[in-house]
Amino acid sequence: MKLRALAHSRTGDKGDTSNISLIAYDMADYAHLEAHVTPERVSEHFRGIVTGAVTRYALPKIGALNFVLTGALGGVTRSLALDAHGKGLSSALLDLEIPDRP
Amino acid sequence: MRTIRMGAGAGYSGDRIEPAVELVEKGDIDYLVFECLAERTIALAQQARLRDPGAGYDPLLDARLRAVLPACAAKGIRIVTNMGAANPVAAAQRTCTLARDLGLTGLTVAAVTGDDLLDAVRAGDFTLAESGERVASLGNRIVAANAYLGAAPIVAALKDGADVVITGRVGDPALFLAPLIHAFGWRMDDWERLGRGTLAGHLLECAGQITGGYFADPGHKDVPDLARLGFPIGVVAEDGTVEITKVAGSGGRISLATCKEQMLYEVHDPARYLQPDVIGDFSDVEMEEVGPDRVRATGATGSPPTGLLKVSVGYVDSYVGEGQISYAGPGALARGRLAREIVRERLALTGVRTSELRCDLIGVDALHGEALAGGREPYEVRLRVAGRTETLAEAVRIGNEVETLYTNGPAGGGGAWKSAREIVAVQSVLVPAERARPAVHLLTS
Repeated sequence: MKLRALAHSRTGDKGDTSNISLIAYDMADYAHLEAHVTPERVSEHFRGIVTGAVTRYALPKIGALNFVLTGALGGVTRSLALDAHGKGLSSALLDLEIPDRP
Repeated sequence: MRTIRMGAGAGYSGDRIEPAVELVEKGDIDYLVFECLAERTIALAQQARLRDPGAGYDPLLDARLRAVLPACAAKGIRIVTNMGAANPVAAAQRTCTLARDLGLTGLTVAAVTGDDLLDAVRAGDFTLAESGERVASLGNRIVAANAYLGAAPIVAALKDGADVVITGRVGDPALFLAPLIHAFGWRMDDWERLGRGTLAGHLLECAGQITGGYFADPGHKDVPDLARLGFPIGVVAEDGTVEITKVAGSGGRISLATCKEQMLYEVHDPARYLQPDVIGDFSDVEMEEVGPDRVRATGATGSPPTGLLKVSVGYVDSYVGEGQISYAGPGALARGRLAREIVRERLALTGVRTSELRCDLIGVDALHGEALAGGREPYEVRLRVAGRTETLAEAVRIGNEVETLYTNGPAGGGGAWKSAREIVAVQSVLVPAERARPAVHLLTS
């Protein structure tokens, strides 16, 4: 299944670092997200777009994960990219394929 | 328990104006906060001030304040804003003139200065966080260096009776934290309350982004009436607990989902949200829907700040030239690819030197590259060529080479567009907090 079925997401930017939140619609799905949306999966998904490290922070009380991606934006204020802020990265993350819920 | 009601009247410099008017008229608010200063805006404002010493503040200051000042004065709603940008004193003078034009005499308008650390940063031996190079490597290309100040000078201005407080660069949440410190008499070392007030400010600072803006995804996340999006009101109690709501009947929606997205917006480690007054800790925050379009956030806390202020250093980085042209119908993708190859070859043939060049096909690979696009062929594509150059003249030639595709390129190219611009970029340095000397200037209309 696509991540989009279980979670929503928003991208923010600071300098050349992007953060992408991933929030379960239903708190009951949080554990499934935590198990399958690892920093390694996210890093692999964004290969070619993100040059640096992917760090994951867990916020179980709101059913959310926060991914911090360095080297994601080519420097917002000088970037040649059409979407210099990386606003669209959250939508790209939700296209990730994960196993169905048990 | 006593509460303070704060409205967020703008989330960026170009934001809509009517939602702030709606907050003033129907929001029963005590404070109206306009956050209008993006990372790079202050450097551009500093360039404007160099050209004209009376300029350098937000170009929409007049329009925003004209729209809300009379009602704010009548109702005793106090305004806090960073629309001063690179020139808070000129902005305060302009505000006094505006107020008098509107028949509002006797208003106290405060300007907060002290964020401009250009001289200290030029003279010091600081390292740029992003590139790892010394500030000195930027030479005379530096145009601005502004520290993110904390809440203290805004609190002082409110204590002095300011009806309107106009700052340059301050931490965005501090615009909201300051009225809370003032109203509740919070101590500046009450880390738990400062952390909670910072969460309130962070939730509110992007205005419409918590009431359903930057959120809608039809069929998955529906939001009613985005054209009339209402801006948020934070109802904060003396213990720092915040409830986010909006004017009844305004557009948009406040839910657990909108509030959770905004809480993590531009946050890295949720346990260490670095601000000048406090390190906010949002890692144990819980949220609860307590009514229609009303969410309560509890559990934030904080710890002492680092003692270092983040300073944004703006500098002239380069020039960027850009050109675009569209192709549609059968074979659009092949013609777009051919156009891309032609422009690449032309730039080489004619000797346009670029340190970086992007040739994207909008509709195919412009945002996330070919891998994520998955090979789906669109009905129409738009070639976008953007290149970085050392001179404006070379930047102009990039757009020209795209435009000449009209008569020299593939069939059916339409809607060509071009631009060339100077790029003022921003990096940051950390400076000991005591190097900044915030000051408050009081004016009367």
